Amino acid sequence: MAEPLRRSGARPGARAEQWAAWLLGLPAFLLMWAMLLGPALAVILLSFTDWSFGEAELRWHGLGNYLELWGDRVFWVSLRNTLIYVGVSVPATVALGLLAAILIEGAGRGRGLYRALYFLPVASTLLGMALVWEFMLHPRVGFVNQVVAALGFARRDWLNDPDLALLALAAIGVWQNLGLAMVLFMAGLQAIPADLYEALALDGADGAWERFRRITWPLLGPALVFVMAIMAIRSFQVFDTVAVLTEGGPQKSTEVLLYTMVQNGFTFLRSAYGAAITAVFLAFTLALTLAQTWLLERRAHYG
Amino acid sequence: MASVSLEGIGKRFGATPVLQGVSLDVADGEFLALLGPSGCGKSTLLRIIAGLEGCNAGTVRLDGQDVTELPAKARNLAMVFQSYALYPHMTVRRNIAAPLELRRLSAWRRPPLPGALLPSARAIRAGIAAEVAQVAESLGLSALLDRRPAQLSGGQRQRVALARAMVRRPAAFLMDEPLSNLDARLRGEAREEIVALQRRLGATVIYVTHDQAEAMAMADRVAVMQAGRLLQVAPPQALYDAPASLEVARFVGSPPMNILPARIGLGGRVEVEGVALPFHGPACPGPRLGVRPEAWALGAEGLPARLSRIERLGAEAILHAALAGSGTVVTVRLAPEQAAGLSPGQALHLTPRAAHLFDEEGLRRPLHATLPQHADHG
Repeated sequence: MAEPLRRSGARPGARAEQWAAWLLGLPAFLLMWAMLLGPALAVILLSFTDWSFGEAELRWHGLGNYLELWGDRVFWVSLRNTLIYVGVSVPATVALGLLAAILIEGAGRGRGLYRALYFLPVASTLLGMALVWEFMLHPRVGFVNQVVAALGFARRDWLNDPDLALLALAAIGVWQNLGLAMVLFMAGLQAIPADLYEALALDGADGAWERFRRITWPLLGPALVFVMAIMAIRSFQVFDTVAVLTEGGPQKSTEVLLYTMVQNGFTFLRSAYGAAITAVFLAFTLALTLAQTWLLERRAHYG
Repeated sequence: MASVSLEGIGKRFGATPVLQGVSLDVADGEFLALLGPSGCGKSTLLRIIAGLEGCNAGTVRLDGQDVTELPAKARNLAMVFQSYALYPHMTVRRNIAAPLELRRLSAWRRPPLPGALLPSARAIRAGIAAEVAQVAESLGLSALLDRRPAQLSGGQRQRVALARAMVRRPAAFLMDEPLSNLDARLRGEAREEIVALQRRLGATVIYVTHDQAEAMAMADRVAVMQAGRLLQVAPPQALYDAPASLEVARFVGSPPMNILPARIGLGGRVEVEGVALPFHGPACPGPRLGVRPEAWALGAEGLPARLSRIERLGAEAILHAALAGSGTVVTVRLAPEQAAGLSPGQALHLTPRAAHLFDEEGLRRPLHATLPQHADHG
């Protein structure tokens, strides 16, 4: 908003214009509060009470829920698992998504087909796909183990092995998000002017590696930051595969933040405690978003 | 520097032919302009010379050596792009150094690889830095070396693109409308700079443009293209004085040549709108007479016309006059003092002092001025 124009020399109609601006902004302003900021604020407020779902009254509980979280072993396991999940699935999704984008972008024919195929998992219901994955990862008849056995390795019970379950879920996460990363990278690739590659060819380099290292990678910077942030936020939200395939087990090895939150809030009906976990989750998401904004603004904007 | 020779270049995009049998020789040290309307294939031809595009037929030779199958990086040609195509993430210094680094330093000697620290690599890098500094100096870029392209004006970017092309002393320069993104004043300056540079380096330049004034002002020879064919290759004055065809005549010169339907009368006398003009030419089907705007003379005889508009441009005046017979509007270029007393609505008589005859196919036919009447009697 411009500063208020109330001096005697103000342009005629400036006041009315300001009113109009507020009026036009009002619907968006109200919706933002009703749909986004209001609920978030409510959750944060709730986390300072002792409310349980269904109870008629609630009492101020101060930092009690957060102190309990601090001492809760399950919460720390859950946070650690979530960070491992993000740490494994984000780099893998970004790397594979970029590779797929470059290969498909370079393909002459069938670009639309490949793009659609890779994007399918993003568009499908992960809940339904999780059933397919459960079958794929079945210790005896599963396709994965058949391949593993055919290659001469020992069969594993992927989803029931505490050392493997989280990684198996991360792999499913990569499979699901790969298409989104790829599509975003393709948009970034298409924004790179073709004549830069031609200038590079005349300057003496036309190999795939040189093209990537000298032009694609540096110019893809903003897209890369964006994709990493989106993928990190999506990975933080991992829930459905856990709920369907492992229910946090075995031995809490796939217990993740949102699953812990849902268990507390909806199964144990400890709504205030669940709200505290949600507040921690919101803090991580906010930090990621701020980091992305900061990185994008810090980078030189190439003209 | 090298000569460039094209022989029978043909190119199709799918079923659409964009170049058909283009043959052209550019001498060592020559400045050749490829002139034509957009879509005529001139940029495609340049890209074929550069090796950025393959051709379906024909041969490209550099100094007599067949390079048709060589990739762009092996041809030792430099190109200045319309967009300049500067590397946006590199400083001006690194932009200019890029072609030298890519050619002289093997991959493992380039930063950030460990080989970059070897003494031999360091010596090469020092040499590159010196050459970059020298080229930057000659183009007035020394103060800008640490900036990024986004921080430069259009004219400065254009000079960086030139510097990047110059720095490795290529066999020839290819320029694709390098001035079209500059404003009119800068364009004039940049024209002079490029021509001065070309003379100083003795460089072979192939320069693509759709601006006939630019081509005429800069080039030693102009190659006029249309619809994938080469229409005429000639020095600017020859192109203007003796256009080989109607298309060339129309394309070169501003305002364009007046084209009037004509008739070849008895004894080869040329008539326009029933008025006999002082020229005679060969009988041919569909004759048309071309008259440059400055070739008209005002007098008591000639084609009757009515003056509709005068543009007084200071150094000259452009008259627009409708011919009495057909209403066809012709343009007439006069010195300001000749046009001083004229006003719109006035009746005029126009006679061409010089003209060109074109036949049905648009080919130029010989035309001779008829000797003045009194000379006949004398």
